[in-house]
Amino acid sequence: MSFDLAPTLGHYLVVSGLVFGLGSAVALSKRNAIAVLMGVELMLNGVNLALIAFSRFGAAFADDAAALSGHAFVVFVLTVAAAEAAVALALAVLVYRRRETVDLDRISSMRW
Amino acid sequence: MESTGVAVAFWLLSALTVGGALLVLLSRNLLHALVFLVVAFLGTAGLFLTLSADFIAVAQILIYAGAIAVLIVFAIMLTPLASRDNANSLYAVPGILLGLAVAALVAFAALDGGWPELAGEALAERGFSSTVAAIGELLLGRYVLAFEVASVLLLFALVGAIVLVREEPPAGDGEGREP
Repeated sequence: MSFDLAPTLGHYLVVSGLVFGLGSAVALSKRNAIAVLMGVELMLNGVNLALIAFSRFGAAFADDAAALSGHAFVVFVLTVAAAEAAVALALAVLVYRRRETVDLDRISSMRW
Repeated sequence: MESTGVAVAFWLLSALTVGGALLVLLSRNLLHALVFLVVAFLGTAGLFLTLSADFIAVAQILIYAGAIAVLIVFAIMLTPLASRDNANSLYAVPGILLGLAVAALVAFAALDGGWPELAGEALAERGFSSTVAAIGELLLGRYVLAFEVASVLLLFALVGAIVLVREEPPAGDGEGREP
């Protein structure tokens, strides 16, 4: 290997971008609504990784408290992810109860 | 990042995370996909530990690998007649291409960005010894408004989820409106 093996900000951002891209691929290409939700959670995970990496490596922060703002942001992202998962899964169960399917190719009309 | 242990942990954990995410995309069974999703979550928690984010790593394990995974298991079990295969929809090819394009774009921006980045001595100085107290002060100090809004959001989301999946009471039963 020619490059240095010690991880830098760029390495973490590449991993974060890969997780985000794979999550968006899952969210856009899966047929089951619950699988789509799993893709959205993966995307949020990639964003969290980028936030924490910037908080650790960023040189533009005045002090440690400013750098830890990234951690506070991740706490809020976690909160929103939990709320979103609860509501989305409730919607999936509700749609299943009415249509007996969560196949997004067959739930394409806005109302029925 | 002076130790080689952190470097080894970074490469192993990022392989675990990206591999888990890839297998979520590729696995044919929805429950297997969920297991690989949990693997990816745990790998991300390990990456948080290599970034000295101890509180976030524990919260990640509790909320993502614990609560959200259990919620997804419940959702899968509550939709028994739906198909269990993790099949692709009609738009699979453009979706996967778009995801790969997003990943390539982010990777290019990450490697070409020229971020103002700490390295060496300054990086070792930044290493947070414990983040819990500082995060608590930030959440109840500078970000207290967002903190309260988040608590209201959680309350509304939970009440909304309960209202959405509540069974409709049978007509004329116990309401006192029907004669």
